[in-house]
Amino acid sequence: MKKDMHIHVHHVTRVEGHGNITVDVKNGKVEKCEWAVPESPRFFEAMVRGRHYSEVARITSRICGICSVGHTLASVKASEAALGIEVTAQTKKLRRLLKHAENFDSHVLHVYILVAPDLLGVKSVFPLVATHGEVVKRALRLKRLGHEWGSLIGGRTTHPTTVLPGGFSKVPTVKELQELKEKMVAAVPDLVETLNTVEALAPKVPAFSRPTEYIAVASREEYGLYDGEVSCLLPDGNRKVYPASEYRKVTNEYVVAQSTAKYAKHRLDSYAAGALARFNNNYEMLHPEAKKVAARFGLKPICTNPYMNSVAQVIEVVNDVYCSIGIIDDLLSSGIKDEALVKPTKYSKGASAVEVPRGILFHEYEYDRDGMCVAGNCIIPTNQNHANIQRDFDKLLPELLDANKSEKEIELAMEMLVRAYDPCISCSTHYVDVKFVNR
Amino acid sequence: MSKPKVGFFDFSSCEGCQIELTNYGDTAFLELLNHIDIVEFREAMTETAGDLDIACVEGSFTREADRARLESIRKRSKIVIAYGACAATAGVNALKNHQADYKENVYGKDAHMPHLDSSKALPISAAIKVDYSVYGCPMDKYEFLRIVTHLLHGKEPVIPNYPVCMECKRRETVCRYEDGDHCMGQVARAGCNAPCPADGIPCEACRGFVDQPNEVALVKVLKERAGFSEKRAQEKSRIFTAALRSDSK
Repeated sequence: MKKDMHIHVHHVTRVEGHGNITVDVKNGKVEKCEWAVPESPRFFEAMVRGRHYSEVARITSRICGICSVGHTLASVKASEAALGIEVTAQTKKLRRLLKHAENFDSHVLHVYILVAPDLLGVKSVFPLVATHGEVVKRALRLKRLGHEWGSLIGGRTTHPTTVLPGGFSKVPTVKELQELKEKMVAAVPDLVETLNTVEALAPKVPAFSRPTEYIAVASREEYGLYDGEVSCLLPDGNRKVYPASEYRKVTNEYVVAQSTAKYAKHRLDSYAAGALARFNNNYEMLHPEAKKVAARFGLKPICTNPYMNSVAQVIEVVNDVYCSIGIIDDLLSSGIKDEALVKPTKYSKGASAVEVPRGILFHEYEYDRDGMCVAGNCIIPTNQNHANIQRDFDKLLPELLDANKSEKEIELAMEMLVRAYDPCISCSTHYVDVKFVNR
Repeated sequence: MSKPKVGFFDFSSCEGCQIELTNYGDTAFLELLNHIDIVEFREAMTETAGDLDIACVEGSFTREADRARLESIRKRSKIVIAYGACAATAGVNALKNHQADYKENVYGKDAHMPHLDSSKALPISAAIKVDYSVYGCPMDKYEFLRIVTHLLHGKEPVIPNYPVCMECKRRETVCRYEDGDHCMGQVARAGCNAPCPADGIPCEACRGFVDQPNEVALVKVLKERAGFSEKRAQEKSRIFTAALRSDSK
């Protein structure tokens, strides 16, 4: 049967920021299949000009509420590279602990609050309070742990206060770190239950595959999150690695008419960033407990189903807790002390790469001799994923039409795909809307 | 008021104030849901609603295209709350307002494509009537609970109009100036309990100015006590209070 179909989802829900989906099918032929980002642009790179280096992270943190820890860390690292600042070993450990907190916090929110309603057949988390009260309570308990964990290190989780170029303005006490570790250990039963819930819902994750390039931070010291090189992995396993300072060779940004957000491509037509890209690039560096979870869910690198990003996030949630317990033990054995901020040794240009929950993030700044910012550039992961989401749509829609799926099923599948990327469109533009209208 | 219908909406912002709602933990958040019905919240739910008792609007008004959506929210809501700094004072978004070239700086030759249109960042009160404001970047989630509690009981919420310095004194935080740093606490609206100086960083006045701030004295103090250059001292208060400065139009 030759179908006509028009879908327009204006402002896709349960994502951070705004995006629209438009589908036009005439006589069974796809005339339009578009992912568009109409978020109002905010011009952060222009705003940091003329600001002192101590203020820049405080401004660029405000790019994104849910990735504000990552933006802060990317910002101070880029400033430190520009200013010739080498931070202490203690600072690096604390920042890693903070990065894990954000990853944990954001993934719990995404998997429980934004994705689970699709898999449970409801429109939001609120009806689940009555039907799945224990699950909601568990989600909120874990969310609270992420918040307390991040707040102890960063002062708070939305726009952290203590993270500065050169170090920390305030460090936790031994007692506070011990208490945090106890809270993490106490959360293990909730983690186990999370895995049981995910296992029960996993069969509802759509089967779909589109091999693409996977780009993530990678390091020999840790599962790539806080620091490392930029690792670009093709589906055949071919890997190309760049230092963060050469990030422009990776992102190759361009402007498209359908979107206020810029698009990016590297060796293929598009690439993917996010938990699945990290998993594919960094599987070997996962904590053994997280590898067990991957085995339980049958997830192996290189996975090419973008819907599995949410499962990769669950694996990372476990990884975050166990790696952080290790970092705390390390900090407790080496002792924690107040350290003065490391001062600039030069004023030049510097870049950084950090993984935020939804993928690789680049910041770059240039400073004049007074330590005032002359130029800035921030490339957020969601923008890097836009082109990849579009290419996924281009493959997914004909497959769904061939399988004779209804308009409603197609709309949901496309929205779920967007949500799987955990887009954070407010980072510079807003994104998802899908409208299907029968003609 | 019986269990009121509440909606959350977002404009130009980082959506961090909405994220703060998820940080109450299970007890406080589920208790909140016993007293209000969240019926519309795009970031967390697919459902949409009709008339609302309270609309919490996050984000600044930055383009004419958003006016109609703001007006429709106003029309179907009894109370509109400017939720967080971007909505209440235009917050960090206004930091670009004094620049003539911000579009070219970010988008280069593509700057004039129509979909990249953006004008000055303004508080939502520039487009619609606002009944209450929750200040701060991010907003203080406990202050929000207090404001909602007051409204539920038919009381007027009290928002401080004294400077952050009062709160530092009260919690015995050493003044940033004593530490060789600078601060905006002397002109910043209190109500947050001054967490930033307590964490060892300056207050950036994210809650906006107190009424009638002495901007001249601020510049003088920044120069004399923090050693700022004239230019840096003059520019300091743009980060969160650009739209409130006496030179903003």
